Amino acid sequence: MDYCNCIEPQWPADELLMKFQFISDFFIALAYFSIPLELIYFVKKSALFPYRWVLVQFGAFIVLCGATHLINLWTFSTHSRTVEVVITTAKVLTAAVSCATALMLVHIIPDLLSVKTRELFLKNKAAQLDHEMGLIRTQEETGRHVRMLTHEIRSTLDRHTILKTTLIELGRTLALEECALWMPTRTGLELQLSYTLHHQNPVGFTVPIHLPVINQVFSSDRAVKISPNSPVAKLRPTGGKYIPGEVVAVRVPLLHLSNFQIYDWPEHSTKCYALMILMLPSDSARHWHVHELELVQVVADQVAVALSHAAILEESMKAREMLMEQNVALDLARREAETAIRARNDFLAVMNHEMRNPMHAIIALSSLLQETELTPEQRLMVETVLKSSNLLATLINDVLDLSRLEDGSLELDLVTFNLHAVFKEVVQLIKPIASVKKLLVTLTLASDLPEHAIGDEKRLMQTILSIVGNAVKFSKEGSISIAACIAKSEPLQDAQAPYFFPVPSDTHFYLRVQVKDSGLGLNPQDIPKLFNKFVQNQSVENRNCGGTGLGLAICKRFVNLMEGQIWIESEGLGKGCTASFVVKLGIAGHSNEPDLCVEPLNRVQTNFPGLKVLLMDDNGVSRMVTKGLLMHLGCDVTVTSSTDECFQVVSPEYKVVFIEIGTSGTGVYEVARAIREKIPTRHWRPLIVALTGNINRATKDNCFRVGMKGVLLKPISLGKMRSVLSELLERGTLHES
Amino acid sequence: MDVNQMERRLVDYTASLFREGLLDDQFTQLQQLQDESNPDFVVEVVSVFFEDSERLLNDLGRTLDQQIVDFKKVHDHVHQLKGSSSSIGAQRVKNGCIAFRNFCEEHNIEGCLKCLQQVKQEYFLVKNKLESLFRLEQQILAAGGSIPMME
Repeated sequence: MDYCNCIEPQWPADELLMKFQFISDFFIALAYFSIPLELIYFVKKSALFPYRWVLVQFGAFIVLCGATHLINLWTFSTHSRTVEVVITTAKVLTAAVSCATALMLVHIIPDLLSVKTRELFLKNKAAQLDHEMGLIRTQEETGRHVRMLTHEIRSTLDRHTILKTTLIELGRTLALEECALWMPTRTGLELQLSYTLHHQNPVGFTVPIHLPVINQVFSSDRAVKISPNSPVAKLRPTGGKYIPGEVVAVRVPLLHLSNFQIYDWPEHSTKCYALMILMLPSDSARHWHVHELELVQVVADQVAVALSHAAILEESMKAREMLMEQNVALDLARREAETAIRARNDFLAVMNHEMRNPMHAIIALSSLLQETELTPEQRLMVETVLKSSNLLATLINDVLDLSRLEDGSLELDLVTFNLHAVFKEVVQLIKPIASVKKLLVTLTLASDLPEHAIGDEKRLMQTILSIVGNAVKFSKEGSISIAACIAKSEPLQDAQAPYFFPVPSDTHFYLRVQVKDSGLGLNPQDIPKLFNKFVQNQSVENRNCGGTGLGLAICKRFVNLMEGQIWIESEGLGKGCTASFVVKLGIAGHSNEPDLCVEPLNRVQTNFPGLKVLLMDDNGVSRMVTKGLLMHLGCDVTVTSSTDECFQVVSPEYKVVFIEIGTSGTGVYEVARAIREKIPTRHWRPLIVALTGNINRATKDNCFRVGMKGVLLKPISLGKMRSVLSELLERGTLHES
Repeated sequence: MDVNQMERRLVDYTASLFREGLLDDQFTQLQQLQDESNPDFVVEVVSVFFEDSERLLNDLGRTLDQQIVDFKKVHDHVHQLKGSSSSIGAQRVKNGCIAFRNFCEEHNIEGCLKCLQQVKQEYFLVKNKLESLFRLEQQILAAGGSIPMME
């Protein structure tokens, strides 16, 4: 027998027990071997497993355990020493590995556990995100609804469509039972049910606007849940079995055009709201969600904007219609006015012509009658007729003038004229009457008053004459002083024109005329009325004085036309009065003169020494007079008494030829033409001027046609001849007026 | 009568002629043409006027006396007379001529004859007055005075 160091079993081996142990060991070993195999298999399958090293350790540990148990199988029967060694080695290794594994597991197991918690955490997170996504989706849905609603609402500018669409869409989106809109009435004290979703005919309920629930809604810009029992929410017939759904109310600001005129959006300045009521279906378990409320708020704002657009459009359409109507009316009025003016002008033209003809006949024949042999009574009668007809003629002229002045059709005839001469002529005209009344007339012309000016000479004279005439008329004694000067640029003392500043310029100056009289004077209260038409100073002494009362009115119109002012001052009755006016006149000798006027000659020659002039006149007396006239002006005159003689005598040494037309008829034109042929060179040809006793269009045309340079009306004064010769010599032609 | 008195009388006389319408502004113009180089201008012109007018008046009388009146001739004569009278400023003569001419255009012999009478009257009247005027002027000049200019 071999020596064995094994310990002899104490008790006899129980075969059964041994067998069981043997089998268990075997199976344990099997299990131990298969576990790592499974592990390896599955780890290999899975992609990530962070603890391979641990797995290896664990596998080694298990394998060794299995090996140990396997080897244990041999210890049940007698075994050799090698088996002992092997099993010891196995056990030692197993021990080592298992300790190492145990140590390792201490580190690893917490990690493994924490993996689990993380997994739980992630799962929670996922659940949360899911939840949130659900919310976002609903919100997006809402947003889409709102956009669609807005689109619907804003696609129309008709207010009813807007509101109806709003209610329908809201009803659809939110699945409402009822949706209604309360609008404020015109008085603003009540809300009237204007639109509902399902009632076809809103009966027009009204509720007072100052209910607390309404105030609550109006004071907040959010949708507010209100009780279904409040008066605004009682929209459906409530039966007992209905549990009414929740009701929400929101305010809809009604913006007006005027609200858009401030720079930032009106927050609290709009006081006008409509009320929108939304009812969830009754008997449903639905509640108002926040996002639904937000939807409602947004919609309410959009509706407000859409309504305001519609309102603006309505207003502008109305305004446009009104404007069109007004335009039509204005057009009609204008046409009527034009017709009226045309009719008036036609009337005036006709009257002008028709009235003046008989007047002319009356005046002419009366004055002729005056020249004949008359008995004193007849003479008196004729004189009265003449005076009356003169007065009538003046009246007609005044009225016609005034009407033309009124409608602005009167235009000034701007000519260059001698300003000093105008005043002197006025004095001359007024002197006879003044001397009869023993009134002293003095004229003072300022030294800086220009001699010539551009303006309407006739009407200026008429104005001055009118004023001076008035002064004479209303003065019984004393003196009349006329003063003319250039107006300085200071405000005039007329209370009626406090802002009139006569500012002279390079081309214009302001003439100031003051007429003072020591006559009857005026009541200061009457002064403003003086310039009105047909007003006369109605004191007793004046009733005898004639006149139409139009004189001053016409003066005022003329002065205004001349861009001036006229005013009268008086200290009272019996203290005389002062009439003054300022008018704008052009400065003569400037380049801005109107084309109508005759340009003033640079100098009017007073003498024409040695000027050779040929005169043709078949009337002896007239010939002598004209010759004397020309000789007085220094000319060297040759006279002829027939056209033949004239033609024979004429030669280039004559500068001017005066031909009397008279009754020679066409002979004159023939000789003119003949002269032109005789002296073809224009430079040497004398200037031919016609003289005639009466001038008319036909004569003028004929003269100019044969090349004459001018037509003069006899009798010619010295001054006129002087200017005629000057003009001829300077310009070579006579400008005909 | 001394010179001043005579001069004053002349002025008054001339003024009266203007006032009565016998003379008009044209006569004043004539007077203005009279100067040292032409001292008798007015007298000369007026003399020619007298000659011309008398001749014309005679012609007119003869022409209107004819069986068949040549109105063209009448017209020419009247035109001449009108021209002359207006040239010296004999206003009433001129006005008479205007009326004469109207009747002449109407071929109204009665009217023409009447007018002729009228014109003759006026003419002689003005002739008289002017002659007196000139006589007065001569007297003044002879007495050493000077003829005042009318304005």
